[in-house]
Amino acid sequence: MRQLALWRPGSTRVLPGFGLSMGISVLFISLVLLLPITGLFGQLAGLSLAEYWAIITEGRVVASYMVTIGAAAVAALVNGVFGLLLAWVLVRYEFPGKRLLDALMDLPFALPTAVAGITLATLYASNGWMGSILEPLGFQVAYTWVGIALAMAFTSIPFVVRTVQPVLEDLPAEVDEAAMSLGATDGVAFRRVIMPHLWPALVTGTGLAFVRSLGEFGAIIFIAGNMPYETEITALMIFVKLQEYDYAAASAIASVVLFVSLALLLAINIWQGRFVRRLHGGKG
Amino acid sequence: MSLPTFSRTHFRRSLLTIALGAAVASAAVSSTAAAQERELLNSSYDIARELFSAINPEFQAWWQEEHGEEIGINQSHGGSSAQARAILQGLRADVVTFNQVTDVQVLADAGLVAEDWQEAFENNASPYYSTTAFLVRKDNPKGIESWDDLVKEDVRMVFPNPKTSGNGRYTYLAAWGFAENEFDGDEEQIQDFMRTFLRNVAVFDTGGRGATTSFIERGIGDVLISFESEVNNIRSEYGSDDYEVIVPPVSILAEFPVAVVGPNAERNGNSDLAQSYLEYLYSEEAQRLLAGFNYRVHNETVVAEFADQFPETELFEVEDVFGSWEEAMEAHFAGGALLDQLQRR
Amino acid sequence: MRRIGDAPSVRRLLIGAALLLSALFLLLPLVAIFAQAFSQGMAVFWANVSNTFTLHAIGLTLIIALLTIPICLVFGVALAWLVTRFSFPGRRILQTLIDIPFAVSPVVAGLIYLLLYGRNGWIGGWLDTHDIQLMFAWPGILMVTIFVTCPFVARELIPLMQAQGSREEEAAVTLGASGWTIFRRITLPNIRWALLYGIILTNARAVGEFGAVSVVSGAIRGRTNTLPLHLEQLYQDYNAVGAFASASLLALIALLTLAAKAGLEWRASRREALL
Repeated sequence: MRQLALWRPGSTRVLPGFGLSMGISVLFISLVLLLPITGLFGQLAGLSLAEYWAIITEGRVVASYMVTIGAAAVAALVNGVFGLLLAWVLVRYEFPGKRLLDALMDLPFALPTAVAGITLATLYASNGWMGSILEPLGFQVAYTWVGIALAMAFTSIPFVVRTVQPVLEDLPAEVDEAAMSLGATDGVAFRRVIMPHLWPALVTGTGLAFVRSLGEFGAIIFIAGNMPYETEITALMIFVKLQEYDYAAASAIASVVLFVSLALLLAINIWQGRFVRRLHGGKG
Repeated sequence: MSLPTFSRTHFRRSLLTIALGAAVASAAVSSTAAAQERELLNSSYDIARELFSAINPEFQAWWQEEHGEEIGINQSHGGSSAQARAILQGLRADVVTFNQVTDVQVLADAGLVAEDWQEAFENNASPYYSTTAFLVRKDNPKGIESWDDLVKEDVRMVFPNPKTSGNGRYTYLAAWGFAENEFDGDEEQIQDFMRTFLRNVAVFDTGGRGATTSFIERGIGDVLISFESEVNNIRSEYGSDDYEVIVPPVSILAEFPVAVVGPNAERNGNSDLAQSYLEYLYSEEAQRLLAGFNYRVHNETVVAEFADQFPETELFEVEDVFGSWEEAMEAHFAGGALLDQLQRR
Repeated sequence: MRRIGDAPSVRRLLIGAALLLSALFLLLPLVAIFAQAFSQGMAVFWANVSNTFTLHAIGLTLIIALLTIPICLVFGVALAWLVTRFSFPGRRILQTLIDIPFAVSPVVAGLIYLLLYGRNGWIGGWLDTHDIQLMFAWPGILMVTIFVTCPFVARELIPLMQAQGSREEEAAVTLGASGWTIFRRITLPNIRWALLYGIILTNARAVGEFGAVSVVSGAIRGRTNTLPLHLEQLYQDYNAVGAFASASLLALIALLTLAAKAGLEWRASRREALL
């Protein structure tokens, strides 16, 4: 304890429970999170660098990165716009059914992904409720990358809504009053006055949605069609390697997803931290 | 500040509830774990659930009659490879009833199944067999009769991904075997045929049942390719007026290998039970049940009874065309092997 | 006083768009689940739900959730306390580590547990020789469920506790209160609602986890089948109605979760209004 306190001279640790909470946290993170991850790296250790590189850059796998990243990006962008709209409507307006709409936002988190996958595939197949309307119009959703993006967007929409919503709620009314009194139109005022406050939350939410989409399997697999080079996602490639008893290759591809996701999450956390600090600094 | 007294009792109460719940839960779990009677675990492929649900009660009754012992039978179903993998990692199945020879071989290589497992039971330890057949829509609008009809420009097929499904592998190998025969082994022509064949696939589902859903429920494709047993079951399930079964004149022999997982059966004290269970699959009663599920069987009485159900067809074995399962896997399905090359864009 | 977007036309347009999109995107799938489940009438639905295997799956699923929650709760509170009340090197890394389960595809989560605790794993091998089976039994399902659900409580608490700051607790320390008293009488009342929200999310995910559980469960019907696995098997068996009946149960749990959460938020906002 004393030794730990020395790491940060100047900060006096007034509150109790440092040792206990540190103990529980470190023990838990080590046992539940880090120890199993070592299994993954144990598998990787069996590969030479060249083999590792060959596995993760194989044509079909690279194509699956493209599909996954492309669809996740589209899903995240769509969610950025849609999520912003929903957050805005939920915070700024009163209307019948608002509480219901608010509760509905968490549905994708609460609904098991396999259920979501089966349901979306049923809805958007050419004989489903949505598919039978869209397909005659020339939009094929199921079994194309649009379907993948749709499933990703469905499972990750709450991230955007739930990160933007609180920030919007905390925004003091004076902010838009000032803009409006200067005679700016709604559009200009929103862009110039509101958006600068929302950016960090919006980027964070969209980023989390993107990361979530990269790893999603259950919801997508039913609607993807899984055609090589066209609609195969990276999670499926891992699954395929598992079927072939090729744990090393499965671990190699999984490690790529893991590193990319962790790097993005770390970036988001650092960015968020910076933003919080700036905010607090600004307010004094 | 808020009301600490309220929150304290509230918190205590919830803690108590959670602790109580956990205690009850663990008691419930452990009580189910400690079962009274002997229980056999059959690890099987994922489309055999109904089949073994029908066979198990018969075997249980038979065993009761023979030995006066009540037994339980548990079933685990999944992709054949995933099932083998689970056993490698410690799933304590007593017997396996798979649809892939290679998946039993994996267990044999790991020492979990006897080296000579194929000799342990009759007919290469395959109590029943099937082949690959087509399910087409009403009146067969695309006129599909054999494998070469599938490479026509306007034909769209549905069958599971050979990478993830044993069922899909059989389809791929059957088409290859046909082409090998058709083009007299001319590698270039065979590969051209296979490339077109694979290009006509509309959806690659991960498993056989997923493919069925795509074909039936989603209305995708002109033809579904699966085991003969499966397409017949689908047809009776979804209406014999809307679909037709086509058994091509030449197709592949699909074996359904069984084996006792020795170390597990010993550990569970089920060695005798496991052996009898698999032997029972060869009995007339079991073979009749199997034929009822549209599998081809060996028992002559039953074969005669169900003669009209199974059209005569020329079945080639994997060994005839590809040497051995091992070679077929190596040359076609391994990473970067022929299947990958044929699908490359 | 006029605020941005208050013009009736803008208002109507935005609300309309939000409602329409949510209805199509979120509500329709929910409706579809129940429509499919009841497509052959109440009797068939009931027969599917009251099936022995379905009942066992429901029981197992609830037990796993019940065991997961307290574990995640203790960890989440400890971690949130640690990273929001103390400053130490590696804090940000610790906070990112807790996000690992979000970054790992559920199938991979199941795989890494299998590689470690399976018969061929270095811990699993030892366990096997001592006849302890974790994988393909309920403990394995519990372990991966804890893995995928552990971030939720912490993720709910951290932003809140960061925003609240530690002034109240520090004041209590100077008054000589013990650690446990401070936590119980000051921190807990402040974080109560976020904590419950965290529990609700944990529960929802624990009940619904599919990918990770499917790898370690062994899918023995009536033994190690959870409700999402059972649902998938029914779907595979051409029993779409049965699958959607199970799905509707899970959706029902999801709806109860949402209702509980909405109720909590309503209470919280009412309390705020009172203060």
